[in-house]
Amino acid sequence: MNANIGGEADAMMAAGEPAERAGLPRKILPIIEGLLLIAASVVPLVLADYLTVFATRVVILALFALSFDLVWGYAGIMSFGQALFFGSAGYGVALLARDLDITSILVVLPIGTLIGLALAILLGGFLLLGRQPSSVIFVALGTLTGAYAADRLGRGWYYLGGQNGIASISPMTFGSYEFAEGPVYYYLALGLLVIVYLFCRFLVRSQFGLALAGLRENEQRIAFFGYKAQHLKAIVFTVGGAIAGLAGSLYAFHEVFVWPDMVGVVVSTQVVLYVLFGGSGTLAGAVVGTAIVEGLSFWLSDNYRNIWPIILGVLLLLVILFRPLGLISFVLGERERVGRFGLTSKEKRNAAS
Amino acid sequence: MPLLEASGISKIFGKLTALDGAALVVREREFHGLIGPNGSGKSTLMKCIAGAEAPSRGEVRFINTDITSFTPTERARAGMSLKFQITSVLPTLTLYDNILLASQARSSLFDLVFSRTRGVLHDQVMTLLTQFRLADRAHDAAATLAHGQQQWLEIAMALAGKPRLLLLDEPTGGMSPEERRVTGELLQPIKQHCSLVIVEHDLDFIRDICDRLTVLDQGRVLASGTVAEIQANKDVQEIYLRRA
Repeated sequence: MNANIGGEADAMMAAGEPAERAGLPRKILPIIEGLLLIAASVVPLVLADYLTVFATRVVILALFALSFDLVWGYAGIMSFGQALFFGSAGYGVALLARDLDITSILVVLPIGTLIGLALAILLGGFLLLGRQPSSVIFVALGTLTGAYAADRLGRGWYYLGGQNGIASISPMTFGSYEFAEGPVYYYLALGLLVIVYLFCRFLVRSQFGLALAGLRENEQRIAFFGYKAQHLKAIVFTVGGAIAGLAGSLYAFHEVFVWPDMVGVVVSTQVVLYVLFGGSGTLAGAVVGTAIVEGLSFWLSDNYRNIWPIILGVLLLLVILFRPLGLISFVLGERERVGRFGLTSKEKRNAAS
Repeated sequence: MPLLEASGISKIFGKLTALDGAALVVREREFHGLIGPNGSGKSTLMKCIAGAEAPSRGEVRFINTDITSFTPTERARAGMSLKFQITSVLPTLTLYDNILLASQARSSLFDLVFSRTRGVLHDQVMTLLTQFRLADRAHDAAATLAHGQQQWLEIAMALAGKPRLLLLDEPTGGMSPEERRVTGELLQPIKQHCSLVIVEHDLDFIRDICDRLTVLDQGRVLASGTVAEIQANKDVQEIYLRRA
């Protein structure tokens, strides 16, 4: 009986689908992703060496932006202290290199990721796993305080290099090969960005992604469906922390330097701006936002040395005021941004046969 | 054995006593109407039962278990479902995804991450959409629905978890007379597997679909019984029905 009803309804839905296809193409996102990947792949081939170094930094920061986008854009958790995980992992691997002479990529990147993950479990457990749901303000202030405290700790603790941070970190290695800044480091960072991007894409398009959409839109409502909303939030927060940790480890070895700003409020705010500028709730938006904000800063600081932060600030304000869904919303419609979570056409055909 | 037994429920907000020892007993497959004048505590009692508000005093038992200290999530997992008074469908999601979201709430994390249950749940989602006359809008965003259809979607979502008890807070609020009639028709089939507690101002609607009624007045139970008993109750006529 139910199957019959379902079958009739499927037929009705199928009848409605051509009308949707009659409009503008719905699949803009894969085109944007493809173009981004092609553009990113040729960067070291067309840019001067010093710009490849800059592009590597952008790619690593885009990885960091993905972590914040997952947490804020998809799950609605306002983490104002995302740099805590990024910077702590950076400090962690810097200490491994300085004190224990451990620089193997097979050790430092997993450990950096684990540092981000462990700190996110601790902070997320405290902020998100209370009996009652935490308010957005509580979480925002809690994460901000965490990042601020880490910043102060970094500045005040001599072992961590104090205000100066830890400089001249030994290069990351694979066997006898040393990863110095340049095309190889760029492609390493890009490869990891692509892997993490695909992982996040898989996650946000799954049924878990649908649960995240519910969490973001109306946390109270989904609790009444039976979701363990706080657990979901803690899980996403932890995944975000791990990705930030991976990005922080890469960043530390690329810059051969870690400093207190990297773990504090400054970098935490920076990642919020990347995602807001590009478009929160879209992974491509986070990457585009990072590239444009960093690119603009780079160009403006060269050409308008004294007033570039003001120009950048005004541009950011304009985008946030007039395109609250970010620059990506110029080309990406609401439907595609939110996505669909039901059976794919292929799954429907398999179910019907 | 009653399915739901709320007894001695009091709820005090500062100096206001919203509920003062209210009680409600609902049996299996019973449609139970909760009526009373504005401010009599109907919605507050619903919230205390569903876990949206913690009662200041009293006990809520559901399927012979004391659930007074249960969170809304735990109550939902025990088989209780609530449709809020204010429509709270997720506007940017499609109708299909709204119901899938409600249907998959008890799936494990592993199943959610690897999308292992959406195939199994597809028929159930489509059945609910068809049952509530929404199948032809399945891929539209919920925000594009008219108010009455949003209410139907919300009821379908509340039923998606296959609850044993459904709590409906003013399901026909803002509906046209025709939409109210259809809502009554849509609710009848669920009696085969689910009990219903319904707060509603439309007394004709209540009379048509309910088996028993509980009348609240100033936070206390004024009367409880079959529809005929309540209609014949002089206190109710005096205090509530005549005023209505």
